Amino acid sequence: MTVLADHVFKALADPTRRAIFEGLTRDGEQTVHALTRRAGISQPAVSKHLVILKRARLVRHRHEGRETHYSARPQALAPLVDWMTAYGAFWNDRFDRLENLLKRMDK
Amino acid sequence: MTDTAPTRTLVIEREMPYPPEKIWRALTEGPLLAQWMMDNDFQPVVGHNFTFRATPMPNWNGIVECEVLRVESNQSLSYRWGVGGAGEWVVTLTLTPTLAGTHLRMEQSGFLPDQSAAFQGAQYGWNKFIGNLERVIGEVG
Repeated sequence: MTVLADHVFKALADPTRRAIFEGLTRDGEQTVHALTRRAGISQPAVSKHLVILKRARLVRHRHEGRETHYSARPQALAPLVDWMTAYGAFWNDRFDRLENLLKRMDK
Repeated sequence: MTDTAPTRTLVIEREMPYPPEKIWRALTEGPLLAQWMMDNDFQPVVGHNFTFRATPMPNWNGIVECEVLRVESNQSLSYRWGVGGAGEWVVTLTLTPTLAGTHLRMEQSGFLPDQSAAFQGAQYGWNKFIGNLERVIGEVG
């Protein structure tokens, strides 16, 4: 597992961060103020969560005037998809081996 | 993965032309298990901690830390599946007799390291998240 994947898993382990990320994915770009209103926690707390999401590259930001706007980068979810693909291949391979073993147990 | 089939966990299913009792042996007798899975010190006892050991590779020492969670003879076997640093999952193998033999179903559901203290809640949160994730990916294309 790469360091980035580790960041993605950790970032999404927290329900508040998942909610922020899902909100950005669903509704598009938002300011920190708007995110704070929706999250129902303090702005410093939201900012802290955004730093962790940024580290995982799940969100990006841009400055416009005095506001910072955040948007989601759903493509950063790739590591999560990767594990499903990797384990899918793993289990199919193991089931092949299991069938071979069962065949041998007949004899 | 599409949003028409919202699989919240990884599921691999296969029909095998053998009775459940025979497959159960291959799932639960250590030496047989080693022949198709990995070297192990598995015992079909709830609460038993064991490891699967494979050849180490980059980013993985080859060890899977496990704990037996459920044992129902010839029907269902479940263990915690922990890969250091990468996360923890629950693997459940279910055997259902069919006319031709047995339907074997493997379900691997994930939850995240930070949430292992609240196992049930975490598993729910993770499954829910995977469902959402798949919708998102479906939309992204």
